[in-house]
Amino acid sequence: MKPAPFDYVRATSVDDAVAALVAGGGAAKVIAGGQSLVPMLNFRLIDAPTFVDINAIPDLANIEETADGGLRIGALTRHYALETSAAVETRFPVIRAAMRHVAHLAIRNRGTIGGSLSHADPAAELPALALLLDAVIRTAGPDGGREIAARDFFVAPLTTALAADEIVVAVDLPGLPAGCGWGFEEFARRHGDFAIAGAAAVIAVEEGRIVEARIALMGVHDTPVRAAAAERLLTGAAPDAAGIEAAAAAIGADIEPMTDLHGSADYRRHLAAVLVRRALASALERAA
Amino acid sequence: MSATGPATMTVTITVNGKAHTADLEPRLLLADFLRETLDLTGTHVGCEHGICGACTVLMNGDSVRSCLTLAVQADGAEIETVESLGTQDALGPLQRAFRDHHALQCGFCTPGMLMTATDLLRKYPLASDDDIREGLSGNICRCTGYQNIVGAVRAAVRERDGA
Repeated sequence: MKPAPFDYVRATSVDDAVAALVAGGGAAKVIAGGQSLVPMLNFRLIDAPTFVDINAIPDLANIEETADGGLRIGALTRHYALETSAAVETRFPVIRAAMRHVAHLAIRNRGTIGGSLSHADPAAELPALALLLDAVIRTAGPDGGREIAARDFFVAPLTTALAADEIVVAVDLPGLPAGCGWGFEEFARRHGDFAIAGAAAVIAVEEGRIVEARIALMGVHDTPVRAAAAERLLTGAAPDAAGIEAAAAAIGADIEPMTDLHGSADYRRHLAAVLVRRALASALERAA
Repeated sequence: MSATGPATMTVTITVNGKAHTADLEPRLLLADFLRETLDLTGTHVGCEHGICGACTVLMNGDSVRSCLTLAVQADGAEIETVESLGTQDALGPLQRAFRDHHALQCGFCTPGMLMTATDLLRKYPLASDDDIREGLSGNICRCTGYQNIVGAVRAAVRERDGA
């Protein structure tokens, strides 16, 4: 038996889960898929007196199409469901492409979108996609719910804007501009490992000009990050190789990569620029 | 822990078709429930943090790491372990493919490989050897160099597809 002893509460509704978190006085934690949490429990890197299991809450794993062409994705939706959902494939093919990079099937069968966002690993795919897609994270807490924009949600490595007694209940993804293209590129030493660096892009082109450009990066900053300077350069520019080069060269303004045993900060900067170039090229190719 | 011992929960978990009801500490991992409580030692425990894949079992038909699943989270679930795939006298098709392709040496990773491949065969076309390698990339083998494991899964794909 590896984890330290803890009390276990199986919540059957969102209210139930919030009540258990409130009763825990800020020390209780949520467990969903457990794919990041249980390794830390096994190592005793974290130790909470109470875990509130939300797996039994009904209707928290739905993927609903919204009127604006977007999706509302329940917090308990597993990575494998995102990978195989027809609605996700139609409305956000970039998510489907990214899911094949997430760990391995046994992990994707259990890991959830709410868990990945709450865990907020700066090298993970879903936090970067939430930023890319201007997601709104819907929460529940003792004073009701909040809607938190993804750009305000990720505040530091493994740290979010969530309060201790607040849980993610759904993720709203607004619809993308018609005819926009997308790209997703990631590099890891072994397939399924966390990204050393990764880049996702969405580009909309109208009448020969880029009208919207979004680039999100993972693994190269202490949070997932949008390459704002590069996006500004692209917006209004011609959709050509020169624009891509200029944008890739500009990402340094928005990232501060780490050096660790997988790679130096300089290597990550270089890699991020290469991946941005590829992601933008794919996005332009796919843009109608 | 109090003098009365740690708090337990009563759960019922169906393993390979047989229901087991037990009082378990919430911190008990599914892997340890299978091995220590039920004595089903076919499920192997390697890294105990979700990296090696040796402990992979099926929960309600989906492959999961039993070292990353609390046993109490399997309450009401159907678990399939490597013991469900066949017997020594009557190997299942995937086990036969592993034997025929010499896809194991020490055998430590084999239960996880077999349960992972079972789920992969159900969910993916596995059209290329690259797809098989990608599917097995979460299972570590330190003996075979993987070639023969990929070959065994390729043979199982052919058998599945009637090719």
